[in-house]
Amino acid sequence: MNFLFRYANPHEFMRLSGAVLPFTAVATVLCLAVGLYLGFSAPPDYQQGRTVLILFIHVPAATMAMGVYGAIAVCSVLSLVWRHPLSDTAARAAAPLGALFTALGLITGSLWGKPMWGTYWVWDARLTSFLLLLFLYIGYMALWNAVEDEARAARAAAILALVGAVNIPVIKFSVNWWNTLHQGESIVSGQLAPVFLTPLLLMMAGYGLLFLTLWMVRIRTAILERRARNLMQAGTP
Amino acid sequence: MNFDMGAYSVYIWPALGISALALAGVTLWTLLAWRRAKARLAALEKRSSQS
Repeated sequence: MNFLFRYANPHEFMRLSGAVLPFTAVATVLCLAVGLYLGFSAPPDYQQGRTVLILFIHVPAATMAMGVYGAIAVCSVLSLVWRHPLSDTAARAAAPLGALFTALGLITGSLWGKPMWGTYWVWDARLTSFLLLLFLYIGYMALWNAVEDEARAARAAAILALVGAVNIPVIKFSVNWWNTLHQGESIVSGQLAPVFLTPLLLMMAGYGLLFLTLWMVRIRTAILERRARNLMQAGTP
Repeated sequence: MNFDMGAYSVYIWPALGISALALAGVTLWTLLAWRRAKARLAALEKRSSQS
């Protein structure tokens, strides 16, 4: 916990993120480039043919969609319980990225579903709970923009984020709890051949690092904007 | 590397294209916002140091 508060200081965060950013940016490009190369080099799946390529962009996007919401929920707890000074900024900065990953998960999943299931969309538990996640992101961002007082907006958004976090385990376990058209988990259970697993893990790492890089830049931007606002207010008679 | 998607190309290429465009777009948008904020703060700091 001390570690988190040490870097809660915007100056300290700017210093640390400035040092880390070049490495995460380079690692992102490397992971995505090698992941795509191995993905395009992978043989067709015996059942899904070349559509298995969509696996390498759909699963990372869906994983990040849930992971980013988890990060927002953790930031919300830090904000509500411990009044961590940077957590509201961090949570707000993550939301548009999470919404984008969710939309990409839905679009790529839909484009994968048509040739494999014969339909772009079904109202099964996995797809419906994932669509709900997109609405939660949109609601979260709308709430931030709707309330003028920043402290009140942060508190209301944090509460919404925590209530919505109930949806994350529902998405994750929906394929076990209900009879869904969406396939069950296949990474941890070891059902995926190494020729598909390696590029998938690299793409997941690439998406994760891309989020981390963009998240840090967005937090840094928010800190600069706050400094500019403070200067403007100080200059206003 | 094999770029032949056969009969599934109408699904695979749009999925790849939309993902690439979206990720490149959000990266560009994030970097432009950072540059804009940096330039604005620099201008304000310059103005406040002059006054």
